[in-house]
Amino acid sequence: MATAMSDTGSPPSGTPLLQAVGITKRFGTFVANDHIDLDLWPREIHALLGENGAGKSTLVKIIYGLMQPNEGELRRLGRPVTLNGPAAARALGVGMVFQHFSLFENLTVAENVALGLSGEEPFAAMSARLADVSRQYGLPLDPRREVWRLSVGERQRIEIVRALMQDPKLLILDEPTAVLTPQEADQLFVVLGRLRSEGRAILYISHKLDEVKRLCDTATILRGGKKIATCNPKQETAASLARMMVGADVGEVRAGAQRKTGNPRLVVRDLTLEPDDPHGTRLAGISLEVRGGEIVGIAGVAGNGQDELFGALSGERLAPGAGDVVIDGHAAGDLGITQRRKLGAAFVPEERLGHGTAPRMTLSENALLTGHANGMVQHGFVRRLLALATVDRATKAFDVRKAKRDPEAVSLSGGNLQKFVVGREILREPGVLVVSQPTWGVDAGAAATIRQALIDLAGRGAAVLVISQDLDELKEIADRIAVMFSGRLSEPVEAPQATRETLGLLMGGSRAKEASHAGA
Amino acid sequence: MLALERRAERSVAAAILSPLIAVVLTLVTMAALFAILGHSPLAALKVYFLDPLTDAYSLQEIAVKATPLTMIAVGLSLCYLANVWNIGAEGQFLIGAVCGSWLAIKTQGTDVGAWVLPAMLVLGALGGALWALIPAVAKVRFGASEILTSLMLVYVADLLLDYLARGPWRDPNGFNFPTSVDFDPVATVPTLIEGSRLHAGALIALVVVAAAWLVLGRTIKGFEIRVVGAAPRAARFAGFDAQRLAVLTFLVSGALAGLAGIIEVAGPVGHLQPNFSPGYGFTAIIVAFLGRLNPVGILIAALFLALTFIGGEGAQISMKLPLDLTRVFQGILLFYVLACDSLILYRIRFVSSRKVAADGAR
Amino acid sequence: MGLVEAIILSVLAASTPLLIAATGELVAERSGVLNLGVEGMMIMGAACGFAGAYATGSTLIGTVCGIVAGMALAAVFAALTLGLAVNQVATGLALTILGVGLSGLIGAGFVGQRIVPAPHLDIPYLTSLPVVGRILFGQDAYVYLSILLVVGVWRFLYSTRAGLVVRAVGDNHASAHALGYPVLRIRFLAVLFGGACAGLAGAYLSLAYTPFFIAGMTAGRGWIALALVVFASWRPWRLVAGAYLFGAVTILQFHAQGAGLPIPPQLMASLPYLATVIVLVLISSRRGIAGAAAPASLGLAFVPDR
Repeated sequence: MATAMSDTGSPPSGTPLLQAVGITKRFGTFVANDHIDLDLWPREIHALLGENGAGKSTLVKIIYGLMQPNEGELRRLGRPVTLNGPAAARALGVGMVFQHFSLFENLTVAENVALGLSGEEPFAAMSARLADVSRQYGLPLDPRREVWRLSVGERQRIEIVRALMQDPKLLILDEPTAVLTPQEADQLFVVLGRLRSEGRAILYISHKLDEVKRLCDTATILRGGKKIATCNPKQETAASLARMMVGADVGEVRAGAQRKTGNPRLVVRDLTLEPDDPHGTRLAGISLEVRGGEIVGIAGVAGNGQDELFGALSGERLAPGAGDVVIDGHAAGDLGITQRRKLGAAFVPEERLGHGTAPRMTLSENALLTGHANGMVQHGFVRRLLALATVDRATKAFDVRKAKRDPEAVSLSGGNLQKFVVGREILREPGVLVVSQPTWGVDAGAAATIRQALIDLAGRGAAVLVISQDLDELKEIADRIAVMFSGRLSEPVEAPQATRETLGLLMGGSRAKEASHAGA
Repeated sequence: MLALERRAERSVAAAILSPLIAVVLTLVTMAALFAILGHSPLAALKVYFLDPLTDAYSLQEIAVKATPLTMIAVGLSLCYLANVWNIGAEGQFLIGAVCGSWLAIKTQGTDVGAWVLPAMLVLGALGGALWALIPAVAKVRFGASEILTSLMLVYVADLLLDYLARGPWRDPNGFNFPTSVDFDPVATVPTLIEGSRLHAGALIALVVVAAAWLVLGRTIKGFEIRVVGAAPRAARFAGFDAQRLAVLTFLVSGALAGLAGIIEVAGPVGHLQPNFSPGYGFTAIIVAFLGRLNPVGILIAALFLALTFIGGEGAQISMKLPLDLTRVFQGILLFYVLACDSLILYRIRFVSSRKVAADGAR
Repeated sequence: MGLVEAIILSVLAASTPLLIAATGELVAERSGVLNLGVEGMMIMGAACGFAGAYATGSTLIGTVCGIVAGMALAAVFAALTLGLAVNQVATGLALTILGVGLSGLIGAGFVGQRIVPAPHLDIPYLTSLPVVGRILFGQDAYVYLSILLVVGVWRFLYSTRAGLVVRAVGDNHASAHALGYPVLRIRFLAVLFGGACAGLAGAYLSLAYTPFFIAGMTAGRGWIALALVVFASWRPWRLVAGAYLFGAVTILQFHAQGAGLPIPPQLMASLPYLATVIVLVLISSRRGIAGAAAPASLGLAFVPDR
């Protein structure tokens, strides 16, 4: 019986069950994986750590046969293998539990599992085996229940049991505890421990540091597509792991921008909101204050409630209480988005095509989308010249590159469209601006323009709230930074005190006190 | 293997060419049909599409037929732009005729003033709007499919008309024909040219086209309608209320169809009778699509389809071709229009199956 | 024969085309495709069915003609909606308009002609049983076929793997695609089956229900079949109940007239349509709880991202 790994110093004997050797994957000019090596051994839970965009999903999709690498190869027990699809991966004994489930809501548990298997086993026998396997591993499932009745944690069980029923030698789990309560997560760890002792290998993708420390024997950290290190998480501190994940930041202190701050212009008081779809995140007791003249950043890995928060702030979802959201002193929780715009608020959502703009409509029409609330409509008629003028002004002020004066939104590149979307709001001189992922998928030049525009807007006395996954960005422009995790918002930290380690810990779920100690 | 690939931007060339290509393809298919039926394709095409343009009477008839088509189709275009599927325009057309006719029949033979005609038109529009309100409310309040509810009400409207024309409203001096009394001159839509059937309704249709062009292109309501259908999530972000717009477009569309109905009955027909409609409400659906849901396009499409109605009647007389061919033509045309339309949004690519397997599902 | 027996027989006959057409559409919708062209396919089935039977003297061949006609129209529908991702609603409407027109064209030569209607079953002892004899053992093949069809579809959808895959595709085409199932091919087959059933239902109308063809003889039955699928919450057995209910409502008008009730015939004739509206409103408002009755992908075009 092999012993658990206790240190990274001495390599275990024999060949790894599965190896990724020099895996490189490019999408156009973007390098998602850059010569990554990874060794997976049986009886080992191996963590794959990294922020969003670090390359974890791409690597894992390659291991599961959903993608082919441009360079490098996979080896099974030392022998090179090519996987031309998930079926081939499954045949080699690789099972995967995705973060986003491939389930059928209106079918039963047994039917869902059957659809993921090859179908050679008779249904009744498979159903019985399903009940057995699920019970055995402490993930009990009733084969006859319909999926829509199940909680998210129970749905994940289906995905796990479906994988287990094929007796995988390697089980990959992608952010499995993202949708679980702490108790369900504990249960899952018991199961994983059992799988490990059965001799299986487990690849565990996560951004949650204390989980990884608790559960995993080895950890490989990715950043910017490259492998940074492989280490034993039990021997590292959360701080050192965070540092590796988000980048070395020894003693970086940023002088706070010398802006005068005025009264609070956007106040959120104890906002609690149930999600309107089962995969959403519940907002729990969010409280926040943004003063005129300051930029507050909300950091956090995607999927922790940022979308829900944006929807509650913009008015696309009404808050339970009118006083939950206050704009310039007016209770706005029960007001729709148009009325909030009339109060002088402006919003830039994460998804620029389809949400922030109507893709197949022209820029001037898209200017009307938010501008109709403030002066672009007179006696029911659209002031087209004003809309066009807005497009011209945004083009000039924010350097929007486009093929003609008033093209369709979808024809602009990501960066240029984003400049337009941000510009259209800033030109309204809002008192409060809430923007989500301002520079996601945007080239560096456009990103710089946008960030400067936000700083300038705050300089003119507006209250600016920036939700972003990009820590660099927040450190560059924000005066205070809070972190969103599992629908909760941490206390904001002043920018000079907001080191990467502190933020990384908060993003990984540590509580603020531990984080601030670690940062010292 | 053929694969569809989304285009970066809507192809303007395709948007203009698509209806033209569709028409050409339809003509080719029709020529083949004519040949199968044993007629010379060229002779038949000439009778259908060219002859009606050669004499004044036919031209007027084209305008007469195009009038209701235009009005109904404009209303439908508002619905379809908002992704609201009003299929019951024929029923709203009939009910409008019924409601307006009520006043004409009630005041027939009395010495009533000129106000009666405008009042009939208003009643017609109101009737159509209320008939359209039923599926609208069913959709917005109860989530019932507006396609099915609006369509079912067409049959109900048809039966109601049948009952009224054969029963309570039948002309007692009409030799037992199932029609109402002929409307008094004061309750009839005036003609534009002495001795022709071309009537003032055509002018109203033109006004409707102009108004729709104005509303869709220049007003905020028109903008809301377009956004709600094109990008629902962006519409929500803009603060537009999809449900209220659904009801609004249904009401307007019903009103226009109802108005067209009473104009048709109080104009060319002159009295209320069952089956006075050759299915304008359904043909208008084709007109709306062929006209790319654009008021001016609809006008052109309506004239074109009216042309084929007249051509079909002429072909029946001179070549004994069945009237059903006109319906077939319309159906085929709609098919080709829809097929060519997809080229505006998508490009067709030939993809090798190996490439498909390698990239898999991302 | 007694009044009850006569009523039951006529209800059975009136319900059969509804049941057949609705069963076919149910399968198509279960795979996620909304085919509004049922009325067009049905009347084409009636016209081509009659033409085939008239030309060959065999109602069997006529039936096959009707089925093929329905499938041909369904194939055109599939080419547009599945191949070119055209809007399903518009295409279905086009199909109906085309089908109605084409059927008029084809049927024009046969108006006023009659054929020998499809034969009824006649088992020596059983058929002459009082009351139940003719109801159970004296029907034409279509009635028995309609029941077999429902049973077959029920077993297919719920007891076979292929049926499970169909249901999965209709529930979530993205998940089905992710699991490697050929979504478009499955939908194509389902649509063809729907067309075959609609054609068969139409053939029944012109070959058995009445042994002649007149233009527009479907009188909206195709649309009612669509409503029936909604009424049945996409479950085969509830379809049977719905079909017989609507058949009864249709028959009611004739017997009410016969009974000399002072109700205008048009009002009675409008009952099926009014009933459909009411049923749709009631059924749709009951939903909204987490377990949606409609296949979640219904009507949505599937264009796999490349």
